[in-house]
Amino acid sequence: MSRQPQIALLPDRRLHLQDGPIDLIIGADGSEADIREAYRAAAERFTGLLDELCAELPELRRAADPDHRALKGVVARRMHDAVASFARETFITPMAAVAGAVAEEILGAMTRTARLTRAYVNNGGDIALHLQDAATFSVGLMDRPDSEGVLRRMTLRADDAIRGVATSGRHGRSFSLGIADAVTVLARSAAQADAAATVIGNAVDLPGHPAVLRRPACELQPDSDLGHRLVTREVGDLSDAEVATALTAGERCAQALLSNGLIEGAVLQLCGTICVVGARPIEIVRPPQLRAAAA
Amino acid sequence: MVTETASDGAGDKIRCDACPVMCYIKPGAAGACDRYANQDGVLVRVDPHILLERTVSHGGKLVPFQASGDWDGKIVHQPELFVTAIGAGTTYPDYKPAPFIVSSVVEGVDMVTVVTEGIFSYCGVKVKIDTDRYLGPEAATVRADGEAVGHVTTSEYGSQMLSLGGVHHLTGGSKKEGRVTCDALMDLSNRKAVELTIDGGASVIVQAGQPPIVNGVKEERMRVGCGSATIGMFAKQWQGKVDEVVVVDDHITGVLSEHQAGKLLDIPATGIKMKGRRSTPGRYFQVAQPGTGWGGTDISDPLAILGPFDPKTAKPGTTLLMVSTTGEHAGYYVLDDALKPVQRDMPPELQFSVERIQENCEPALCTVLFMAGAGGSLRAGVTDNPVRLTRSVKDALTRVTSGGAPVYVWPGGGITYMVDVTQMPAGAFGYVPTPALVAPIEFTMTLSDYAALGGHMDYVQPLDSLKDVSKDIRQLPWPGQGA
Repeated sequence: MSRQPQIALLPDRRLHLQDGPIDLIIGADGSEADIREAYRAAAERFTGLLDELCAELPELRRAADPDHRALKGVVARRMHDAVASFARETFITPMAAVAGAVAEEILGAMTRTARLTRAYVNNGGDIALHLQDAATFSVGLMDRPDSEGVLRRMTLRADDAIRGVATSGRHGRSFSLGIADAVTVLARSAAQADAAATVIGNAVDLPGHPAVLRRPACELQPDSDLGHRLVTREVGDLSDAEVATALTAGERCAQALLSNGLIEGAVLQLCGTICVVGARPIEIVRPPQLRAAAA
Repeated sequence: MVTETASDGAGDKIRCDACPVMCYIKPGAAGACDRYANQDGVLVRVDPHILLERTVSHGGKLVPFQASGDWDGKIVHQPELFVTAIGAGTTYPDYKPAPFIVSSVVEGVDMVTVVTEGIFSYCGVKVKIDTDRYLGPEAATVRADGEAVGHVTTSEYGSQMLSLGGVHHLTGGSKKEGRVTCDALMDLSNRKAVELTIDGGASVIVQAGQPPIVNGVKEERMRVGCGSATIGMFAKQWQGKVDEVVVVDDHITGVLSEHQAGKLLDIPATGIKMKGRRSTPGRYFQVAQPGTGWGGTDISDPLAILGPFDPKTAKPGTTLLMVSTTGEHAGYYVLDDALKPVQRDMPPELQFSVERIQENCEPALCTVLFMAGAGGSLRAGVTDNPVRLTRSVKDALTRVTSGGAPVYVWPGGGITYMVDVTQMPAGAFGYVPTPALVAPIEFTMTLSDYAALGGHMDYVQPLDSLKDVSKDIRQLPWPGQGA
């Protein structure tokens, strides 16, 4: 049976692609013909992509071997490569980079065939970016999916080397071993950002803290790649000192990744406290209403 | 069909076959996509607002989302395949063009169905509650969770009507009022039970297709007729078995010996004296206050509506049956020497007549009609000239359905329709935080008519192609032809 993804053009000219758990919102700037060509290429590449991944799903759900890559598919290999540098130190499966790797693949298909000044593929908050010349992207940060409005906004430029933005945290669709509300990572690729956000998100933690409710991942999702590992379900009241402790643990992890060149920057959020890690200052613009409230 | 899932022998988790990830999903949990969940062992589409929240998180902008709803297989299958709008997805303001514009051949005519989900700020539900019990005064405020969500409207035959929702409660009041109204409307439309309280009246639990529960008491039966009508229906069966019958009713209480039906059977006067206001012989208004007791009155002792028997006519030993309009309450009395009615065990043949009244009363139900108006922008998702769609609907060239269920389209301007929510697949409704309800709506017409009214012809997809694309197409009843 041939299964086709859902392909829809949104009224504001964005493209929506959905297949199973993959949900992409795509934007592109360029000539009319280039945009059409880019969208066509995106839809074409997207068709069958999920089947490709599922063909290797058992392997993708296993802990990555830092020295050996058994995977065949181009997206699967990208997932593996993104997590391999973490695999020596910690348990991680290629699934930690699936969203970013898919976003990158679709963006690649678009930019290979069309001349675009700017494009993005947003895969549920894991975003692959294309920036040319003087183009910029404005990226909003939120602490949790159900909050209204963005907390911070930052501007990404073509010369930033940042081509991937990913957010991980306990409110997202995937499970987190840590307690961060959100960890947003800027990296050279979306897959890299995705994997790093997972790792940093896991590091923001207060091991054994009684206010943190954890459950084995497999109890919640029988086929989770995290198996029996405890994932965070709820975080009760934490003191300011405890929040600082957890954030510092995450910050240390992020700093290490930064100095190894694995990420370009990160924003860690926990219980309303924000911690920014970056080689150069990320331009963070507080929305006016927050500025007014702070004044 | 999505609901035909292979059950995993090892446990209560099910394996979703909606996509090749083939997630195992535990009861109460959702799959990796957050679109499908295991609800009591059945794979269902999850509630749309969860997805909407997720979507908002994906960059802070709304994108089309998948609404909930899955076909529960309850309605008879018919051969034509019909695409419903449930899960079609939409955005606010409305999508242009509608998510699916599907062509299929029905009865040899090339048909087009424009499938969309409308976001309705102008919507509400009309609730019919089969009960004679007093729910509250007309125009009284109806509340859910303490917030005003609607009002009591006119009483209809054997039932009380409520009008809930509407744009003033959804968006005209406080934020909480809007949210509570939206929740109540969505729950009622999705056939969930909602507790409503009426200012100066009763508390009632309403659930479409289920008996109302008034002040904690489940309503069993809808009366067969008013008290007077009941006398007319059963007079002959009472003749010779009892001297007098009073059918207690808050609207019109009937008295056998005085009633036209009794006169025709030459039933003699008994000297009975009724309270209340006599309308015509044997028919009395306002014998008591409205309430939740006998026949929708506030009484628990039926003798309270009787005055002293007239000693000139009444005789000791006269037998009297008092019964409510539904047969739910009944008592048998015999006049003593002082002409006072004294309760006695009911003779079997009278018990039989009481049961006969009960038998003739239909089960009391709550019915919920969802009512909404398709605004210009929704219509623009269907055609580039919205008013032509309205005209086409009015000219009966275009059929409107909601989740595949037939609708009644109001005459007059716009496309304002009503649909019985029990005819729709379960979980067909969602909401957006506006607040407004999301309801499926489909417009079906011939392909040539669609072209003529300025349809988005470039977006028409043959049904065959869509069948492969989406698992959301299910067999649904094609509403009666030519209805």
